[in-house]
Amino acid sequence: MVNQRWGYWLFFAALFLAPFYLTEFRLSLLGKFLCLAIVAVGISLIWGYTGILSLGHGVYFGLGAYCMAMYLKLEASRGHLPDFMEWSGVRELPWFWKPFSYPMVAIAAAIALPTLLAALLSYFTFKNRIKGVYFSLLSQAVVVVLVTLFIGKQEWTGGTNGLTNFSTVFGFSLSSPLTQIVLYWLTTICLALIFVAARRLTSGRLGKVLIAIRDAENRVRFLGFNPTVYKVFVYSLSAAFAGVAGALFVLQVGLISPEMMGIIPSIEMVLWVAVGGRHSLMGAIVGAIVMNTAKSFLSENYPDLWLLLLGALFVVVVLFVPKGLAGIYESLVAVRIKAKRGHEREARVDVS
Amino acid sequence: MKPVLMCRDVIVDFDGFRALQGVDLTVYPHEVRFLIGPNGAGKTTLLDVICGRTRATDGRVMFFSHDITKQPEYEIVQMGIARKFQSPSIFPFLTVWENMELAIRQDRRLRSVLRAKRTEKEEEIMAAQLERMGLLDERHRLAGTLSHGQKQWLEIGMQLIQRPQLLLLDEPIAGMSAAERERTGEWLHEIAEHCAVIIVEHDMDFVRRYSKQVTVMHEGKVLCEGSIDEVQQNEQVIDVYLGRRKNACYVSGM
Ligand SMILES: Nc1ncnc2c1ncn2[C@@H]1O[C@H](COP(=O)(O)OP(=O)(O)OP(=O)(O)O)[C@@H](O)[C@H]1O
Ligand SMILES: [Mg+2]
Repeated sequence: MVNQRWGYWLFFAALFLAPFYLTEFRLSLLGKFLCLAIVAVGISLIWGYTGILSLGHGVYFGLGAYCMAMYLKLEASRGHLPDFMEWSGVRELPWFWKPFSYPMVAIAAAIALPTLLAALLSYFTFKNRIKGVYFSLLSQAVVVVLVTLFIGKQEWTGGTNGLTNFSTVFGFSLSSPLTQIVLYWLTTICLALIFVAARRLTSGRLGKVLIAIRDAENRVRFLGFNPTVYKVFVYSLSAAFAGVAGALFVLQVGLISPEMMGIIPSIEMVLWVAVGGRHSLMGAIVGAIVMNTAKSFLSENYPDLWLLLLGALFVVVVLFVPKGLAGIYESLVAVRIKAKRGHEREARVDVS
Repeated sequence: MKPVLMCRDVIVDFDGFRALQGVDLTVYPHEVRFLIGPNGAGKTTLLDVICGRTRATDGRVMFFSHDITKQPEYEIVQMGIARKFQSPSIFPFLTVWENMELAIRQDRRLRSVLRAKRTEKEEEIMAAQLERMGLLDERHRLAGTLSHGQKQWLEIGMQLIQRPQLLLLDEPIAGMSAAERERTGEWLHEIAEHCAVIIVEHDMDFVRRYSKQVTVMHEGKVLCEGSIDEVQQNEQVIDVYLGRRKNACYVSGM
């Protein structure tokens, strides 16, 4: 246990120091992956711990990103209408865009909107005891609706192109390396805080209730807990994480489009967590980083191969390594402990 | 004495099939009430209605002076009605200790659970309960790795630690060895010192040994009530249940 805690410290320290040993290009990639790792922590909470498989987390991520992007777009337009609005013949800034000129409003909305949408969706489904595949499909339907809406309302959302061409954040140039490093650090801190918070939650009594809900929801109900409240809470929390991730993502990548919140990204998110080990928060983080590193490497070199490989990987993980990388690590540790005990026993025999 | 539970004219209609057709049942504190009757008589359905798992189509269920007919399950449990299901259901990926931690009497709302820490007092109560169930040495094991009998005891321990005022048991001794049955029987009257019990049981030897008050159900109705001797002499009961059952036992060579 003490070892494990040291491991976590080392991991986050290594991430924090990355600007000193990574090139600018690699650092920008890593920053992006860490945002995605934040989403993965939330998915591990709902899927690994609570047994809710959401195939719609792209939407919460996307909403967070769009909220932040609206602020960036307004700042880049310097009091004029955003360029895409002019092209679609809009004369005046729509009312719901106006509050987004305040950065604090944008940040608050980036967290509140995904949380609210998730709370609504999950309340009405879980209250009516809809779960399993039906919930997964429903969460996917929300993706389809929202993506269609965002593409269709081009004059408000930038359509398929999404929102891009930003220049500054809080007056600092987004293209300056220093700003990027600060944003990277901000992301690392957010990831660390969210990881610690999630660990606290899961190691306390709440974590036990969540696992109990995953394994025998009815039984939990007949112990006097109301599972609906717990499921809505944890689902909304994971959406909030995704919203934070989206906001940080758009700051570093400088672009958000409907394609990035669609069905394929939503499924990919689940896949990172499956590969990393859904029962482990750290596994989910590592899964997100490893999978996205692999993706960027492969799509740089063999662009057509990625999706095929992704599919194959999914099958392999589901069939042969259901506990993912974290599971492999855990069994290695178990083997080592066993070997160590064996040595100690031998040593004792020698002495006697 | 005020009854713990009063069911009045309870009707359950499953899409046209009347599983319960007007059941009255009154249970007093410290009572161990046996429910018997042929398969499909509606015994499980009656327990389901009491604990809120199945909704009564008509009629009323009163727990002390509260009408619980329309209350959600988790609230009924919080008021003090515990239910043990037919098959053992525990949380396999939590340890024995953690299973007890969830079961122990506590504020079960999210905001209290978020802050909950195991107190020393709680640990004492949990340890004492596990000791009584013979599971104290197993407390760090995952509950899923226990033997079938141990799981049954764990689940019963989880019911008792809630300190319910009414305990509903559905065929608790199914799959138990003779020694375990005996232990369960003795223990039934022990817990009746703290709460009332309704127990569904098919095993007539067990009923004969441990029952005082028996309620016989048949086709969704209460056929008669009384001590086991009274009940066994009732013509109707012999007709629909005991007689038929004896034949069935004879045929199967028991
Ligand atoms: N959900 C349901 N939908 C439709 N019919 C049901 C349902 N649950 C129970 N029944 C029917 O209601 C009747 C009463 O069932 P119940 O399980 O209460 O009987 P029981 O007395 O517990 O029988 P057993 O001794 O076999 O456990 C049965 O005929 C059963 O088929
Ligand atoms: Mg039954």
